[in-house]
Amino acid sequence: MTLTRYNIATLIAGLLGLAVIFSAGENKLGLATILLCWAILWFANVKLAHSGWKQAKWLAPVLFGATLLLLWELTVAFFDVPLVILPAPSLIAARFVQSTDILWQDFVQTILKGGLSGYIIGCGAAFLTAILVDRFDFLRRGLLPVGNFMAALPIVGTAPILVMWYGFNWQSKAAVVVVMVFFPVLVNTVAGLRETSAMQRDLMSTYAANYWQSFFKLRLPAAMPFIFNGLKIATTLALVGAIVAEFFGSPTVGMGFRISTSVGQLALDMVWAEIVVAALAGSAFYGVVAMAEKAVTFWHPSQREK
Amino acid sequence: MRVIVPVLTVLAVIVALWYAACIPMNIKGVLTEAERAGAEVNPPGAKDRRDLGAFGLVLGNSFAIPATWEQDRPRLPAPHQVAEELWNTTVMKKITSKRSLVYHGWVTLSATLLGFAIGTGLGILLAVGIVYSRVMDMSVMPWAIVSQTIPIIALAPMIIVVLYSIGVQGIIPKAVISAYLSFFPVVVGMVKGLRSPDAMQLDLLRTYYASPAQGFWKLRLPSSMPYLFTSLKIGIAASLVGAIVGELPTGAVAGLGARLLAGSYYGQTVQIWSALFAAAILAATLVAILSVIEQRVLKRMGMA
Repeated sequence: MTLTRYNIATLIAGLLGLAVIFSAGENKLGLATILLCWAILWFANVKLAHSGWKQAKWLAPVLFGATLLLLWELTVAFFDVPLVILPAPSLIAARFVQSTDILWQDFVQTILKGGLSGYIIGCGAAFLTAILVDRFDFLRRGLLPVGNFMAALPIVGTAPILVMWYGFNWQSKAAVVVVMVFFPVLVNTVAGLRETSAMQRDLMSTYAANYWQSFFKLRLPAAMPFIFNGLKIATTLALVGAIVAEFFGSPTVGMGFRISTSVGQLALDMVWAEIVVAALAGSAFYGVVAMAEKAVTFWHPSQREK
Repeated sequence: MRVIVPVLTVLAVIVALWYAACIPMNIKGVLTEAERAGAEVNPPGAKDRRDLGAFGLVLGNSFAIPATWEQDRPRLPAPHQVAEELWNTTVMKKITSKRSLVYHGWVTLSATLLGFAIGTGLGILLAVGIVYSRVMDMSVMPWAIVSQTIPIIALAPMIIVVLYSIGVQGIIPKAVISAYLSFFPVVVGMVKGLRSPDAMQLDLLRTYYASPAQGFWKLRLPSSMPYLFTSLKIGIAASLVGAIVGELPTGAVAGLGARLLAGSYYGQTVQIWSALFAAAILAATLVAILSVIEQRVLKRMGMA
């Protein structure tokens, strides 16, 4: 049980940190309650983590998240944190429930119209380009370093240009997303298409398989883990692109628009509600791609061991 | 040679395509200007030209093609215009000037570096905590992974306004966003790295009767280095994006993000493009510096 020593250490560190943060405040009772809550829930989490339960695997993070939310709520309540700095979670939840209409419209505008259409076009274009690049070795040697270079650049900066070209509506957001997702998917797909070993390719040629046969039966399936890696990176990038592009101009609907105007009105509960939507959309989007990956690459060791 | 020739070819093709794209993109503006200056344009009148395709206009007015590369406020500036603007605003201007890209670049870079340092420092600490504490592993790690699927950048405007309302301004809010963006890649990469020694190596240290601290300094930390550098390279690119985006919502007056925003407000396309290229060069330089350090370190440690 040497591990418990570290747990006690982290517990003490957490307590000290909180004590330092609140040492300036006058509300001693509130501080004591918050610290007590933290201690009890952390202790429960320690017990849970060492219990060896099967359910602890998902219960522990849920409990941790709930602990944070509770501490947040208590802090706001006891210290009268003004709304313009940090709204309480209960307030955010209330705002979320009240304005599902607006949130849904923003979701449709930004995620479905801007993000998803750009994601599909960008990933599709990258996939086709990757096949072309893979076919011609000269292109591969030339385009791959350029693509690698582009994948590291702050492509979000193209947003003002594309907004200027394609107008304020969702088309310009889709264009930003296309540019953002293109290079990561391209680089990963090209890397994946080179994944097969010489032995496997030789086997295909002993079967007298032509290019497309060996492509669909051997190299594309072998590339799938890499392709999905790129697709998963691209999900986050797509949302980032769609939201940030709206900071450069948008119709009066959309998540980025709502966030920037609500921040201007100091309506932070609305901003947090949009952030909740973005978080849910982001995880759901990622989750769908991850599920598709599981279905397609069930044979791969990284999927089998789970 | 095996790489340089194809790369140069690809770059040349890109530049050629760029020049070609300038023609249809800018032709309408050029023709309007030419008509105002008294030149004969086919068909005359901006109204008639509005419905025509750009390619038809180019075919009918081939005399205007060179002018599409020289416009004042083009829809798409030609490469040499961007290069000229970059040269003028970096080398030709004093670096203290408000129009110098070096000045704006430094404003963004300082926030990026500060944020990156904070983010990686905290990220490594949290990773150590996760590797050594079962509770933290079970309760914090899933959230660190989930947070990577969330467009964290949506928080940027709020962080700035909230920090502003409690009296923190200047470099700190941008650095906070940068730190936040570089934090999670480093946590995830570093946890993987610290766990990369296999059971055999860990057993060996046990037979040496090594203390946990020795195990950390002599085995886990060294073997995490390749993972650390990979995530540092992702992290610094993310930090730069964070610093740039952090400049957008507040109407900051200095920084590459501010140049992008001001350019888009006033239709100064050349300014936008040069700010964009400056950001790209900055990102590429930062990643390249990290790669060089990575090679040096890994070579010294006998891993590369």
